[in-house]
Amino acid sequence: MLGNLSKNDWILVIGFSAVVLLAPILFQPIGAAYPAILEKFCIFGLFAIGFNILFGLTGYLSFGHAAFLGVGSYAAVWSFKLLSMNVLPAIVLSMVFAGVFALVIGFVSLRRSGIYFSILTLAFAQMSYNMAYSVLTPLTNGETGLQLSLKDPRVIDSLFVTAGDGLPRTSLFGVGISGGGLPGFYFTAVVLIIGFYVALRIFRSPFGLMLKAIKSNQNRMRYTGFNTRPYLMAAFVISGVYAGLAGSLMAAVDPLAGPDRMQWTASGEVVLMTILGGVGTLVGPVIGAAVIKYFENIFSAFNENALANIFSFLPQGLRDGVVKISSLFVGEGWSLTLGLVFMAIVIFLPGGIMEGIRLIVSRFKKRGNGNKSAVNGQAQPAE
Amino acid sequence: MDAIILQILNGLDKGGAYALIALGLTLVFGTLGVVNFAHGALFMLGAFCAVTFNKLLTIEKVTVDPTQLTPWGTAAEIKTPLVEAWLGEFGKVLVNYSVPVSIILAIPVMLIIGIVMERGLIRHFYKRPHADQILVTFGLAIVLQEIVKHFYGANPIPQAAPAPFAGTAQVGMLLGLGDAIPYPWWRLVYLGFSLAIILAVFAFLQFTTYGMVVRAGMRDRETVGLLGIDIERRFTVVFGIASVVAGLAGVMYTPILPPDYHMGMDFLVLSFVVVVVGGMGSLGGAVAAGFMLGILQSFASMNEIKSLIPGIDQIIIYLVAVIILLTMPRGLMGRRGVMEE
Repeated sequence: MLGNLSKNDWILVIGFSAVVLLAPILFQPIGAAYPAILEKFCIFGLFAIGFNILFGLTGYLSFGHAAFLGVGSYAAVWSFKLLSMNVLPAIVLSMVFAGVFALVIGFVSLRRSGIYFSILTLAFAQMSYNMAYSVLTPLTNGETGLQLSLKDPRVIDSLFVTAGDGLPRTSLFGVGISGGGLPGFYFTAVVLIIGFYVALRIFRSPFGLMLKAIKSNQNRMRYTGFNTRPYLMAAFVISGVYAGLAGSLMAAVDPLAGPDRMQWTASGEVVLMTILGGVGTLVGPVIGAAVIKYFENIFSAFNENALANIFSFLPQGLRDGVVKISSLFVGEGWSLTLGLVFMAIVIFLPGGIMEGIRLIVSRFKKRGNGNKSAVNGQAQPAE
Repeated sequence: MDAIILQILNGLDKGGAYALIALGLTLVFGTLGVVNFAHGALFMLGAFCAVTFNKLLTIEKVTVDPTQLTPWGTAAEIKTPLVEAWLGEFGKVLVNYSVPVSIILAIPVMLIIGIVMERGLIRHFYKRPHADQILVTFGLAIVLQEIVKHFYGANPIPQAAPAPFAGTAQVGMLLGLGDAIPYPWWRLVYLGFSLAIILAVFAFLQFTTYGMVVRAGMRDRETVGLLGIDIERRFTVVFGIASVVAGLAGVMYTPILPPDYHMGMDFLVLSFVVVVVGGMGSLGGAVAAGFMLGILQSFASMNEIKSLIPGIDQIIIYLVAVIILLTMPRGLMGRRGVMEE
């Protein structure tokens, strides 16, 4: 178990766990310490970690990853409806479903690479989205989304407890998960830490090295008589399972599932998070997810009145102008800010936030002790 | 028989839009080697050129007419568009024909947008990997559509077709089939328009010296560069043309589909599929695949077929794309050696 992880890796895991578990205290000063948003950080962090295993390691840019998230959500809600309100069967079920789904899509999409792969995955995701909207309505409840109802059988639960009035909460052996309490957050946090640890093991394993080799030169790998397809397939399925897991957590903290989760904008969002944090780095995607979700929360809440308060120190005429301009970027316009930041990152800092941190650190080191720093070449730019 | 002709016609106008967008996409890909995810946004911007033009034309002047009274007994306010006040009858015609006339506005606007986009952003991404190109143009598409959303709101803005084309044509009569096949006039106009634009683009590439140089550059840009031709400049112009084509497709589509800020993205995903099915970098392939997929889609939405395979109309295009990509990796008319891996 301790095998091939170095001391630094263990420090990373422990540090990461500490930050995640202490988040309700640490994030107090920036006003993001309530469970609902922390759960979002964890869930999208997990989603991005999984996406990064595919994109960061193999360089295959999937534009349809939200499909797996959607499948995971639907599977989890069905598990809540049919089996039990316990989250464990839901999680297992949605990971299995997302994995099988990824196997099918991967079998077809991985026959091509580069831009074709992106378009194929995009086409599959749109196809699933359209089907969830129309044909599969008995399964997905169409536009309204799949919800719990009082008439659900819940086979396993009904053996042990008699159903009370009203809709039950999702739970982990009696501890309520949904409804935005701290237990819900700690549950997602533990899953995130496990997911992070598994990702770390994958990054450091021979399998991970193979994936990196495929990214840097697939042809050369083939010339040496090496069949790359099974490795790509495995990476694709693993990242699909991560997405399914994230989807099931989403359903666990808020038991409903709608087709919107599968739309290509959702796929684009996870790409954004990964790029923003840093492609191919371990912590980057989680940071990217947290940053995006945090600022989404803050920026969407602003409106013109709030802005006028902030800029109240300015003289009247100037203030109106400033408020007009900045209102473009907040509230409804949050997506605009996101798009601009995203473009800026791709143009100027393809390595994302992690690359930025590395640059700053190496600059400080250079100032400290002459020319020793340049060897820090662990992180490489995206792709 | 009637039903089949009707479905083919239904498919053709949608196919025309797909073909026009895909044509620009593949033109840009063939010349610049860039995968442009913002191309759908150009289609959307074109549509909003028509909306803007219509808004400008219908700026109204309010005059108070004391001789007429409203039911409340106050003097009636009569609103007349300024254009009508200035130009009289001609102004009325102008307002009526605002959609086709806005082509005049859209061409320079889209040309400038296209050239600025290429010069300002995309040229810095020639040497970067395709993934980066996809990402940065994806970001640009988000920015463009959010800006439009800010100024025009999130709701679709219906545009009227000119009155003479607003009704339906009895296509069956024209074909001598006797039985009436009702079909909106404007869709016929759109079909003709898209064919004309496609022909114009092909003629430009095939019969002008400028087009010849561009085609040579698509084959081997280095050699063309060595001959002392500034191929980059020509490719910038090609990008501008692709942008105009997408924009005009958007302008003329407004009476068929009320434009909203995310229409570009909806069409983009389908147009990518069209390009891939036709073969990356192949102009003829893009046009053929555009019309083919449009017709297939409209056949799949016939009730008889839907009852046979429920939901097929939603997924037919993607299904066809997957099958074609798996069996003919280069697409229908892809050239050898272009983006095979």
